[in-house]
Amino acid sequence: MGEARLGNSPPASNAFLMDKFDVIIIGSGPGGYVAAIRAAQLGLKTAIVEKDADLGGTCLNIGCIPSKALLASSDHFVFAKKEAAKHGIILDQVGLDLATMLARKDKVVKTLTGGVRALMKGNQVTTFTGLGTIAAPGQVRVQPNDGAPIEIAADHILIATGSVPINLPGMPFDGKTIVSSTETLCFEKPPAKFLVIGAGAIGLELGSVWNRLGSDVTIVEFLPRIAVGFDLEASNLLQRALTAQGIKFHLETKVSSVKVVNGSAVATATKGNEELNFEADKVLVSVGRRGFAEGVGADKMGVALDDRGRIKVDEMFRTNVAGIYAIGDVIAGPMLAHKAEEEGIACVELIAGKAGHVNYDVIPSIIYTNPELAGVGLTEDFAKEKGLKVRVGKFPFRANGRALANADAEGMVKFVADAETDRILGASILSHAASELIAEIVAVMEFGGSSEDLGRTVHAHPTLSEAVKEAALAVEKHAIHIGNR
Amino acid sequence: MSIEVKIPPVGESITSGIVSVWHKKSGEYVDAGEALLTLETDKVSTEITAEKAGLLQTKVPEGQEVEIGEVVAVIDDKASAPAKAKTKAAPPSEPKAAAKSAAPRSPNADILSPAVKRMATEEKVDPAKVSGTGKGGRVTKGDVISYLQSPAETATATVTDDQEKSRHAKAPPAEAAAAGEERFTRKKMSPLRRKIAAQLVMAQHTAAILTTFNECDMSEVMALRKKAQEKFVADHGLKLGFMSFFIKAVVEGLKAVPAINSRIEEDDFILNHYYDIGVAVGTERGLVVPVVHDADQKSFADLERDVADFATRAREGKIKIEDLQGGTFTISNGGVYGSLMGTPILNPPQSGILGMHAIQQRPVAIKNEVVVRPMMYLALSYDHRAVDGKEAVTFLVKVKEAIENPTALLLDL
Repeated sequence: MGEARLGNSPPASNAFLMDKFDVIIIGSGPGGYVAAIRAAQLGLKTAIVEKDADLGGTCLNIGCIPSKALLASSDHFVFAKKEAAKHGIILDQVGLDLATMLARKDKVVKTLTGGVRALMKGNQVTTFTGLGTIAAPGQVRVQPNDGAPIEIAADHILIATGSVPINLPGMPFDGKTIVSSTETLCFEKPPAKFLVIGAGAIGLELGSVWNRLGSDVTIVEFLPRIAVGFDLEASNLLQRALTAQGIKFHLETKVSSVKVVNGSAVATATKGNEELNFEADKVLVSVGRRGFAEGVGADKMGVALDDRGRIKVDEMFRTNVAGIYAIGDVIAGPMLAHKAEEEGIACVELIAGKAGHVNYDVIPSIIYTNPELAGVGLTEDFAKEKGLKVRVGKFPFRANGRALANADAEGMVKFVADAETDRILGASILSHAASELIAEIVAVMEFGGSSEDLGRTVHAHPTLSEAVKEAALAVEKHAIHIGNR
Repeated sequence: MSIEVKIPPVGESITSGIVSVWHKKSGEYVDAGEALLTLETDKVSTEITAEKAGLLQTKVPEGQEVEIGEVVAVIDDKASAPAKAKTKAAPPSEPKAAAKSAAPRSPNADILSPAVKRMATEEKVDPAKVSGTGKGGRVTKGDVISYLQSPAETATATVTDDQEKSRHAKAPPAEAAAAGEERFTRKKMSPLRRKIAAQLVMAQHTAAILTTFNECDMSEVMALRKKAQEKFVADHGLKLGFMSFFIKAVVEGLKAVPAINSRIEEDDFILNHYYDIGVAVGTERGLVVPVVHDADQKSFADLERDVADFATRAREGKIKIEDLQGGTFTISNGGVYGSLMGTPILNPPQSGILGMHAIQQRPVAIKNEVVVRPMMYLALSYDHRAVDGKEAVTFLVKVKEAIENPTALLLDL
């Protein structure tokens, strides 16, 4: 056999010289890179293909991580400006150096993307940079930005190409005034007026960031509520909290178009019979994301898509084409990094002949505003709508010692349990620490635990987690630190 | 291979009988020679036994009239005997209570969750006996709840007349725990059982319950049924039983003696102007009394349909709360179990309950001659606070007359 050197392989016709792997993963976001590490752990010869110079996909580069970095920094900023005084901390002048804040965010991203590259190397996963396309069965062509394409082969090809923001026709992204989350993470200065279209996690989080940093923020939402999919009562409480923080909401409002005139935007919307106009310096369109199956050669290979352009797979993540799999945002299901990770692991475990499984019933969802809103399983409103016989237990943080000591007692914990078996069917938490507190509940639900099980488990005092325990006790009306009704 | 269980000839001139008691249930494994059911005929009660061993599937409910030669069940003789049968009533709302696939049992599965520990102690349950549906085969709180409610663990509760539990004339529920040397076994009553017990005592303590008796000659009804059966089935799609006659007779009785269609609430005596008749149906879990609403406005076919529907749904555990509410009077049939005479207990807050009993061929004197007639003893238990003796007796006489002269019912005589 001739030499096979990376970057120097001749075109496809010379199949003998292609590097052969057990599995090639296209896309290095959380779904892809985690799958690669697991595959390597299982002894599979693994390659990963990423079109960007940095690994980590949307999540690390332009999604989860940078947004959480800005949310953390801006949260401290608000504390310094508004909360420090009540703790007796006197700060004469609280100013904002946005450049430093953004630089810190970039550094975090760089640390993590570098970390993923190190993990690939440490696990002996071969990394290819370029756009990966399935050229033929068992074959992937990697097209770098400059240079000749590289052909690699594998028995199993896993598509983990993720998703992109939905671009609406009446308000197309222009990268400057009408923007997606990507640009919103790098504004050079807080826009004076910031219009956010879509009150889901992304709109609420990024709207919060710039509201905290001084923008006049308006969030417009088509539905009569924010945070669809989360507990309705908790969502309404969150909306009140954000309103108190200065964000203006317009619900049941449909934006038909956004026009840019002289560098500023005017959005036209209808609310019932009324027509509304919004002026803004920047408009964030965050109405959702869609699976991105273009460019990977799915159509050419005859890989079936659903009516939303997502790749169709069976319960083993196999597409209709033998040897091609797909996971993460590019297939159906909640568009969450941890869901992609679990699927990536399950998929390669199945490929390796082991038992891989994803429990979709206990995947938590979080909105990282302040307070955070976390939910797992069924919501109270969903259960009632379906006529399920459930019992509900609630506990407010204003009755929790630690929360009061922290001067941060907004929010509540709510459990939904089966009326007959007491099994926890779902939970919601509204709290500054909701994203961490929900983990315990997910663990108990994974074991089919009951509200009584959680209520009878010791929780350290004084902690916020005691509110979780009390809400669990409240299901059977045994809460100690609040009246049971 | 399915073997049919047919009603064998049991005597000259006997063409039909009633399946009075099933001794084995659908889904149960039966041994060759085991008694499957008791067949009640005009002359004699007889046991029908299994020809071969196998898995039983019953085809007709208790109380159903069947012909000689009719197939009442099938036995799958290819099915093997189960190692240790455990029936469980899965609560419908529990999403994953049904048997989990055979995932390997975790070595940690014996570590009990806090709720399970508490329940095991309070309800005196051995968790080792409970089938675990949790992760790794763990027993969940829901599993313990299911276990306590399962019919294998609770003997049937009967809330009406008979003290005899002839239906389960076998030995008391033999707990696997009973070491054989024990002279008794103690088991905590299930919540359902306790509730029924409390209701019974409450009924006894609140009302002044007396029972008056009479008897009725079923021959007219039986003749009418025989004559009309074929056309009835053709027209209405279901068989004409006895219940429709009795419900109609009861409505006549209540119209004649309204005081019985009443209830007492504290100091008030409330007279009902509608006729919602409860019909007691026996199930594995106990007696349920679904209510036929506005019985006075329903036809024979409607009544039979309602009763048949209740019986089916009761067996399948699909009776809803609305079905059980609102009755103003109850009819209970102890006859299907073989009772000759008994004193039903009131179904609070009602003031009366009619007990039907077994139809027995008896010599009676008619026009100074001794003849053999199919006779049924009728019992009316009533709340003496609301109903006086004369009223009670008059009501029962009216019911008797209506049954003995069914055409008068139709003609509103």
